[in-house]
Amino acid sequence: MKYPARIAAAALLVIGAVLLNGCAEEEPWNLRDVSGLMPELEFELTRAEDEQTVTEAAFDDKIKVMYFGFTSCPDECPMTLARLSQALGQMDEEDADQVRVLFVSVDPERDQPERLAKYVDSFGERFVGLRGGIPDLRELTKRYRSTFGHGKPDDSGFYDVSHSNATYIFDRDGEIQLLGREDDDIDGIAADLERLVESDGW
Amino acid sequence: MQLLLPYHFYPEVVAFCALAAGGYALGLRRMVQAGERPGVGAAIAWFTGVVLTYGVMHTYLDYLSQYMFWVHRGQHLVLHHLAPFLMVLGAPHRVLPYAFPPAARARLGAVLRHPVLRWPYRTVQHPLIAPVLFVGLIFFWLDAEIHFDAMLSIDLYRVMNASMVIDGLLFWWLIVDPRGRHAGGLGFGVRILLLWAIMIPQIMLGAHIGLADGVLYDVYAVCGRAWPISPLTDQQIGGLITWIPAAMMSVIGALVVFRLWLRESMQPEPAVANGAKA
Repeated sequence: MKYPARIAAAALLVIGAVLLNGCAEEEPWNLRDVSGLMPELEFELTRAEDEQTVTEAAFDDKIKVMYFGFTSCPDECPMTLARLSQALGQMDEEDADQVRVLFVSVDPERDQPERLAKYVDSFGERFVGLRGGIPDLRELTKRYRSTFGHGKPDDSGFYDVSHSNATYIFDRDGEIQLLGREDDDIDGIAADLERLVESDGW
Repeated sequence: MQLLLPYHFYPEVVAFCALAAGGYALGLRRMVQAGERPGVGAAIAWFTGVVLTYGVMHTYLDYLSQYMFWVHRGQHLVLHHLAPFLMVLGAPHRVLPYAFPPAARARLGAVLRHPVLRWPYRTVQHPLIAPVLFVGLIFFWLDAEIHFDAMLSIDLYRVMNASMVIDGLLFWWLIVDPRGRHAGGLGFGVRILLLWAIMIPQIMLGAHIGLADGVLYDVYAVCGRAWPISPLTDQQIGGLITWIPAAMMSVIGALVVFRLWLRESMQPEPAVANGAKA
């Protein structure tokens, strides 16, 4: 009869641990918590404003919000960037300055550095335009389980680009934390960004 | 050529396909050497199943499956329904043992019959549990939240696809096992019931997805689609694939069961009847 007693004791311990853990669970985020699901931030791209090659190290002490899009994007990209811009505007000036929005163009042919720099600048100084060759972009998007595709050009030469509509949010260490989606509300984005700024590192 | 290269390299897929193809080929050769006659149709079915599994996991199709809902549904149709069904039609219980030398074969048989393996196997193959597992896995991975995580995490994605293949092999083996009830298999009538039992929920789920007004799986918008396509169109095609061909597999399975049933009923009654007469 010794063994069943031990097994019962072990089972009770496990159940107890699970329950305790459940109670200690932290308050939920407004955005989707994806910590641990994807690898840490890593890239080598060209910054549009000064055409310098930069890596993730250039944003080491910032909270990073990465978004894939293109400047000819009719609705999704400007909407997402505008919402991020609004969220940053709601935050403390000091906190907002701890955040960088990395807009990675997946349409490098049309998004020449000058055009891309001008585009991101219209959303605020904390927005950074990044571009790279298609192979680099493929590698980066694949790392975050995302992709993009170019549609057929119409008569005027315009073509659509399918891309991720998510914003990938990394903490100061470059670890993935949250995933922003189209229907997140602006207050929620601001609150989560504040929380990341405050909880992390300082 | 680019289309035949893997989008992501999965060692487990390469190992599974290489072992399945190599082991079966070796078994076939030794079987012929031993004077036995393996079935040509069975061999074709087995290798087709292996090639299909490899094809949907280790070519451009895997890329499309990650970034297009309906291609993903097609991938699972192959991984969970079609490929394992073809593989178990390949009579692996006759051919694969020959891949091992006689001594190892006996030892392997003893290991497989050991209670530690036998009990879990009997449990998952229980006629009440097996269909629940089969349908449950489909529902589980198609839960919007779980599907979301599986499509974001490459590790979860691999677990998802592996679970489909393993469960597919177990379930379809239960259905097309040529041994009738007297020889330790499941009764043929029960098998027909199981096929019906898995068909109904799949039809309901497929219809639910295919006829939904809104987008159920936003992870494909999050990840970006392989080419610009309306999310609802993508979802409707995906729902249809979950609905019609998946349900059709039950009908095809039933045809195989009826054939086995007929064959058994035309054979003279086995040992029990003979013993009674003597």
